[in-house]
Amino acid sequence: MTAPSSTLAVVIAHRRKRARRHHAIIATLLTLVAVTFGVTLSIGQSITPPSDVLRVLLGEPVPGASFTVGQLRLPRAVLSILAGLCFGLGGVAFQVMLRNPLASPDTIGITSGAGAAAVFAIVVLSMTGPMVSVIAVVAGLGVALLVYALSFRNGVAGTRLILVGIGVSAMLQSVIAYILQSAPAWNLQEAMRWLTGSVNGAQLGQALPLLLALIFFGGLLLVRGRDLETLRLGDDTAAALGTRVSNTRMLVIVAAVGLIASATAASGPIAFVAFLSGPIAGRIVRNDGSVLIPSALTGAVLVLAADYVGQHLLPSRYPVGVVTGALGAPYLLYLIVRINRIGGS
Amino acid sequence: MTDHLLVASGLTAGYDKTEILHALDLTIPPRKITVIVGANACGKSTFLRTLSRLIAPSKGQVLLDGKSIHRTPSRDLARTLGLLPQSPIAPEGITVVDLVSRGRHPHQSLFSGWTRRDDEAVDSALRATKTFDLADRPIDELSGGQRQRVWIAMALAQQTDILLLDEPTTFLDINHQIEVLDLLTDLNSARRTTVVMVLHDLNLAARYADHLVAIAGGRVHISGTPEEVLTEETVRHVFGLDSRVISDPTSGRPIMLPIGRHRMAVIDDMGDAPQKERSA
Repeated sequence: MTAPSSTLAVVIAHRRKRARRHHAIIATLLTLVAVTFGVTLSIGQSITPPSDVLRVLLGEPVPGASFTVGQLRLPRAVLSILAGLCFGLGGVAFQVMLRNPLASPDTIGITSGAGAAAVFAIVVLSMTGPMVSVIAVVAGLGVALLVYALSFRNGVAGTRLILVGIGVSAMLQSVIAYILQSAPAWNLQEAMRWLTGSVNGAQLGQALPLLLALIFFGGLLLVRGRDLETLRLGDDTAAALGTRVSNTRMLVIVAAVGLIASATAASGPIAFVAFLSGPIAGRIVRNDGSVLIPSALTGAVLVLAADYVGQHLLPSRYPVGVVTGALGAPYLLYLIVRINRIGGS
Repeated sequence: MTDHLLVASGLTAGYDKTEILHALDLTIPPRKITVIVGANACGKSTFLRTLSRLIAPSKGQVLLDGKSIHRTPSRDLARTLGLLPQSPIAPEGITVVDLVSRGRHPHQSLFSGWTRRDDEAVDSALRATKTFDLADRPIDELSGGQRQRVWIAMALAQQTDILLLDEPTTFLDINHQIEVLDLLTDLNSARRTTVVMVLHDLNLAARYADHLVAIAGGRVHISGTPEEVLTEETVRHVFGLDSRVISDPTSGRPIMLPIGRHRMAVIDDMGDAPQKERSA
C-alpha cells in the first residue's frame, strides 16, 4: 500500500478524530447510565453496600437487601432505563426526520394518544399486560397518521404539523383526564402515572415486552439510521444521495411510534424525555457521528436521575414525570422564543 | 468508463393536477456541458427535477442507458446520476469535510464500513473544488461562493458520471458565479463528467454550454450549439423580448443584449442606432 498523500492523511485524520469522539461520547454516557443505575440500587431510604447489591443482582438471597434492592429498586431502575432508551431514541428520530427540535412525539400528540388508549384499555376495558401495549402502539400510530393527514397540504410542513399536533395532544389529554375522573375508585398514584408518567410500583414483568419493543423497533431505526441522517440535508439532497425518502420516513414513523407508545404503555407519558434527549445529545455529539444512540442513552440517564431526584432529593415524593416536566417546560419556552426570533421555518 | 446516455422520452409531468411538461423529448450528450434555459415557469426546473427522479412523470420516461430511472434501485442510480438541488440544507454547525463525506452515502451499505476509497473520494473532491483549506470550518461561517463550492464537492464525492445542478449560481455575486461555472467546466474536462444545469443568465449559459437547450411552454423550443440556439429569434420566442445578439469579444460565443423601451437614442459602438435595427 502506498503512503497516503498529505491531504488524504488529513482527511483520514479528521474522520478518525470524529469517530473517536463519537465512541468516547457513547462510552461516557454508558458509564453515566451504569453509575446512576448503581446509585439508584444502593442508596435510597436506606443504604445498601455495593457488595450486597451485586449479590442480589447475581441472584443470591441477602436478608433485607433481597427485598429492597431486588423487589423495589431493581424493577424500578430497569423500567426507567428501558423507558428512557425508548423515549430518547423515538424522540430524536422524529426531530431528525422533521428537522425540527419541536417535533418530538410528546409535543405532537403521539404520547398522549398512546396514553389515552392505554388508560381506556386499563380502566374501561379492565385489560392488563402486553395487550395494553399493543393497543397503545396502534393508537399512537393512529394519532401519528391523523396528525400527518390533518397537516397535509401539498406536502407536510414541519410547523403546520407541530401546531396540529399540539391541538390533537390537548384534546387527548382531556380524554385521559375524563376517563380517570369517571373511573370508579381509581387510585391517585395510578392516575398520576397516566397524567405525568411514573415508574412507581414497577415490576420486572413489565420490562420484558418493553425490551422486546426496544430490540425490534430500535433495531429497525438503527439499521436505517444512515438513511435517516441524510434527511437532515433536505428531502431533495437525500433522494439525490440514493435514500428512498418516503419509504424511510414511513419506516421511521412506525419505528419511533412503536418505541414511544410501548414505553408510554409501561410507564405513562414521562413528560418531555423524548423532547429533551435529542437536543441534549445533539449538543454533545455536534456532527461527530449519529445522534441516535447517544440520545437513547441520554434518555435513560434522564429518567433514572429524575426518578431518583423525585424519590429522594425533594421534600416529598414526586413521580418522575413531574421532575422531567420541570426540566422540559423551560426548554420548550426557550425553543419557542428562539424560533420566533429567527423567524421560524 | 462507459458513456452513460440520459434520455427524456415523451416526458409529461407536473405538480398536483397542473401539467407543466408536455411530451418533452431530449437526449443529453455524454461528456458535455448541457445548459437548460427558459423563462420563469416554462418548466425548466420541473424538467431537471424529473430528470433526477425527484418528480415522477405522469407519462413518458427518463431513460439511463435504456433503463427507466424510476425503476432503477435508488442507491444504484445515485452512483451514476448526481444532483445538486437548488436549496440544500446544511445541518447546524456541520464542518466542510463532514458534509462532503455525506456524498459517499450511496457507496456504503449497512455492513461495509468506511473504506480507503471513500477517503480518497472525499480528498479528491475537496482538492478539485479548492475547499481543502476549509475542511474543518463549519459551513455556516463560509461565504456564499465557498458554500456552493462545498456543496459541489459533496456531489463530486458521490463520483457520478452525470451531475445535474439546479441553478447553481443563484444568489451568488458575479465573481462567484464565474468561479462556480469555471469549476464545473474544469470538472467536465478533467473528469469528463456529463454536466446538466439550469441557468438563469442567458449569456453565461451561452458562454459555458457545449449544448444549449431552450425550453418554452413545457417543450424543447430549440437545442444545439450556443450559436444555433442563442439567436434574436429564440429570445423573442422564449422570453418575448426584442434583443440583439452579437459575438462576445472574449469568448467568441453569442451574447444577448436586451432592447427595452428606453435609452434608445444612445448610439452603440457599432455605429448604428438600435431603433433602425428594429425596423429593419
